[in-house]
Amino acid sequence: MSSPDRQTISPDLAVVTAVKSGDQGAMAELYDRYSSVVYAVALRVLGDTMAAEDVLQEVFLQLWRNPSAFDAARGSLGAWLAVIARNRAIDALRKRKPETDIEDLVVSVAPDLASEVDRSRAAEKVRGVLGSMPSAQRSALEMVYFQGLSHSEIADKTGEPLGTIKTRIRAGLMMLRKAFQT
Amino acid sequence: MSAHEQFGEDLVLYALNALEGEDRAKVEEHLASCSECRLELEHLRGDGALLALSTSGPKPPARARARLLEAVAKEGKIAASRAEGAREAGHPKPRWAWLGWAAAAAMVVLAALLWNENSGLKQMLAAKNEESAQARRELEDLRKVAAPILSPQTQRITLVSTKAAPQPQGKAFYLRSRNSLVFVANNMPQLPPHKAYQLWLVPPDGAPMPAGVFKPDARGSGTIVNPPLPAGAEAKAFAITVEDEAGVPQPTTPIIMIGTGE
Repeated sequence: MSSPDRQTISPDLAVVTAVKSGDQGAMAELYDRYSSVVYAVALRVLGDTMAAEDVLQEVFLQLWRNPSAFDAARGSLGAWLAVIARNRAIDALRKRKPETDIEDLVVSVAPDLASEVDRSRAAEKVRGVLGSMPSAQRSALEMVYFQGLSHSEIADKTGEPLGTIKTRIRAGLMMLRKAFQT
Repeated sequence: MSAHEQFGEDLVLYALNALEGEDRAKVEEHLASCSECRLELEHLRGDGALLALSTSGPKPPARARARLLEAVAKEGKIAASRAEGAREAGHPKPRWAWLGWAAAAAMVVLAALLWNENSGLKQMLAAKNEESAQARRELEDLRKVAAPILSPQTQRITLVSTKAAPQPQGKAFYLRSRNSLVFVANNMPQLPPHKAYQLWLVPPDGAPMPAGVFKPDARGSGTIVNPPLPAGAEAKAFAITVEDEAGVPQPTTPIIMIGTGE
C-alpha cells in the first residue's frame, strides 16, 4: 500500500482537487477516464442504453456537485464510481429512491486500479474467478449484484433455502477478495 | 474476513444494498459502534466494486459526453452567479416585458431590489474569494511541507551516532481530524519475496488497525501515504510487523518497531 497506494490515489486526487475548484476541464478529464466503467455497469444492470445514459449523467453530475464526497485518502475513484453507478442503476431498476448517500460510501479495494491497464487486468482476473465458481454461486452473486435481488427474492426464484443463498453470496465475494490477495 | 461472525452474512448483503427491514436496522445499529465491521464493510464494497469493474460493453455515445459537459457548464455558471443559491430563491424573476406603463414603475422597484441584491452578492463573493485564497494558501503550505517527504528526488539523510550502525527508523505523521497519515521509513532491512512491512495504528483500546504495507527500496526507504483508516481513529502508537505483501487484517508476527506520539 505504500508506493502503489500513492500511484493509485495521486492522479485522481489531483483531478478531483481541480474539480473542487470548479474546473470544468478537469471534469471532462474524469469523464474520459471513467465514463466507460460507469456506463458499462449501468448498462449491465439496466439493459437499456437510454436508462444507462441517465445513470451516467447522474453519477458524474453528483461528482461535479459534490466532489468532496469522494475521499481520495480512502480508496480508488474508479471503484467508488463503479459502486455508485451500480447502486444508482439498481435504484432505477427497482424504481426506488437512492438508498445510500454518496458521502457515506467508502470503498476499499486491494488491487491497483489507477490506470486503464490496471482495471483491465483486474477485470480479467475477476472474470476468471467468476468462471471458476460453481454456476449456482456465480448466479447468486450476479442476481444480487446486477439484478438487485434480495436474498429472499433469490431464494424464492431458485427454490433454495435462505441460508444457502446468503452463504453462496458471501463465499463468492470472499473468493474474489482472495484472488487479489495472492 | 474479520467482521463479527454473527453479522458476517448480513454485512455482506448490507454492503450490496440487498438487506432490508429489521435485519438492515440491526446491522446499522451494530455498525454505529463497531469500527472493525465498518472497515470490513469498506472492503466488502470493494469486493463488489471488483464485480462492477468486471463488466464490459460499448463506450457511451458521444452525445452523453456533450450532455454532461453542457450540464456542468450550465451549473457552473449558475453557481458562479448565485452565491450559495439561497438569496435567489427569495427573488423570482419578474415577467414585466408586456406591461407597458405599469412596467416602468415596476422596473424602478425592481432596479432597487437588484441593486440591493447585487451589493449583497458582491459582499458574499468577496467573502468566498477570501475563503478560497485562504484555502489555496493552506494547500500551498501543505505542499511545501509534504514535498521533501514525498518527492522521489528527495535526499534522505538520517543522522545517527557516529559509533552506531544505521538503525531502522520510521516516522508517522498522523492528522486524526483529517484522517490523514504519512509514514516514512529508512534503513529498513530487505525482505524475502512476497513479504512486506505492515504498519499498524494501535488504538488505546482494541485490536491494531491495518495502516498500509510497504516494501523498502534499494536504499531501505519506504513510504505509506493516506492508507484507508476508520474515520477519527485514535492512535496510541504505531507499530510495524512483517506480513504477506498483500497485508493482513490482524498482525500475525511479532512487532519489530513501535513508537508512541511525541
